[in-house]
Amino acid sequence: MKIAIASGKGGTGKTTLAVNLAFVAGENVQLVDCDVEEPNSHLFVKAEKVSSEEVSLPVPEINADLCIGCGECAKFCEFSALAALGDAPMVFPEMCHGCGGCMRICKQKAITEKERRIGSVDTFGAGKVTLVHGCLDIGVVMAPPLINAVKKRINADGLVILDAPPGTSCPAIAAVNNVDYVVLVTEPTPFGLNDLKLAVGMTRALGIPFGVVVNRAGCGDEEVQRYCKEGDIPLLFEIPDDRRVAQVYSRGELIIEGVPGYREIFEELLRKIKEAVAAGKADL
Amino acid sequence: MKELVVISGKGGTGKTSVTASFAVLADKPVMADCDVDAADLYLVLHPEVKERTVFTSGHEAVINPDGCTGCGLCEEYCRFNALKYTEDADGRKTYSVDAVACEGCGVCVAFCPVKAIDFPDRVCGEWMISETRVGPMVHAKLGIAAENSGRLVSLVRKESARVAEETGRELVITDGPPGIGCPVIASLTGASQVLVVTEPTVAGAHDLERVLKLTNHFEIPASICVNKWDLNEEMTQRIEKRSEELGAKIAGRIRYDRGVTMAQVEGKAVVETDTPSAEDIKAVWNSLSI
Repeated sequence: MKIAIASGKGGTGKTTLAVNLAFVAGENVQLVDCDVEEPNSHLFVKAEKVSSEEVSLPVPEINADLCIGCGECAKFCEFSALAALGDAPMVFPEMCHGCGGCMRICKQKAITEKERRIGSVDTFGAGKVTLVHGCLDIGVVMAPPLINAVKKRINADGLVILDAPPGTSCPAIAAVNNVDYVVLVTEPTPFGLNDLKLAVGMTRALGIPFGVVVNRAGCGDEEVQRYCKEGDIPLLFEIPDDRRVAQVYSRGELIIEGVPGYREIFEELLRKIKEAVAAGKADL
Repeated sequence: MKELVVISGKGGTGKTSVTASFAVLADKPVMADCDVDAADLYLVLHPEVKERTVFTSGHEAVINPDGCTGCGLCEEYCRFNALKYTEDADGRKTYSVDAVACEGCGVCVAFCPVKAIDFPDRVCGEWMISETRVGPMVHAKLGIAAENSGRLVSLVRKESARVAEETGRELVITDGPPGIGCPVIASLTGASQVLVVTEPTVAGAHDLERVLKLTNHFEIPASICVNKWDLNEEMTQRIEKRSEELGAKIAGRIRYDRGVTMAQVEGKAVVETDTPSAEDIKAVWNSLSI
């Protein structure tokens, strides 16, 4: 069972939900942090790194002896990763998506590929919880290939909780694509509602069943709840606005351990999510 | 012309609330919302749209099912698993493109032996030039599940610079996206100054470190301010110390204040209300000496 915790808006509590749900589950859980630009789950899991693997993309390398400067490769490249200037083209590896097209199009066979590092995939063990996360190197543009590399480590047998990046574009899509269920976390504010609507649009476009969790309920208005009700969107749970939660979170501690009563809240939340996943499957 | 870009690394630290207040405090700015996949600045500045333009970027592969012979070369060559194999009721095999997975690289288009793959422009969203109570604003809306947010960000910045030029305004204030990847890099390259809004949490500190390494990488002067600083004073001090080590200036602190959310609910900038943190935001703005 693969459940992604996502949101349009940042800072609504995705990581808090993902991590606390993983530790309250009491079974073997794989926690998969797909926010490779700013991975945070490991700050709360506090476990030893078990392994670290480098992730790279194939980028072109020009053999100047074979290149006749025809410029076909640069003309072909959709991403401006090659620029023809009469002689052998210049390569801009940071623009390259690794499609391999330039290598195939070159009649002189003057292009080979070399690996360019974009980040790493690290695994941490903490009892029943195994955390896998990706960490994008600073200055690297391309998050989605690293997210896909992280998701290749998913062991689909047990419970898998994915912590998605914020937003609704390529990285968020790469993270939630092909999961069984998406939990959209938001806060009851105009920004929260606006970005929830975008996230609902994205999740519907991908055809994945989803439900909403309102975090910090009571801090703003009731418009998110009204939107869910009017749109027939399952509102799975409301977590109350509580400064104690913010303080425990600020120190990097688990809410289920740091604030009395929250273990029960997260147990209840996990039960509701599991019911919704089962109901979502029945609908398909 | 100067450009101040407000970013955060971690999402939800208060970038847009701070940016909207700067819009009100600044002398004749042009506003740019570069958080194109979750744009919220309009909810405070209430722009009246003057010009709306469709944003197309790159291409997408589309297979003509009548032409496809089902040979499978496209699937073999595609590195993004974007080709889906289908067999119809008569047993005829064809391929189709999963638009979500398609990177728009054009490899399948170029190598299809029967030329059965079209490569039309990809519509990725729209961008707008608007008027607000503080001046012009350039903003955008990425299409649902669309790509190329980085290119849309670059376009918004280019247009806001043009608007500034044409209207004789000296300052562009840009509301940036979270993270450190494609749209963030597109938001800050070549900017005159960056303000990072962070929060006093382990996650805020961790993400700030990465975002300051990014601004250092691109050699852009950075300042930081800790929002909700009194949630964890010790963490605030630690963040400020580390930021100075990384070469950033400290622009100030903003207190934890429920009035910030209430201003948002009312559709106002925080500094347009008399909630206590409005003073803190004014102090941050003044310390940036723009």
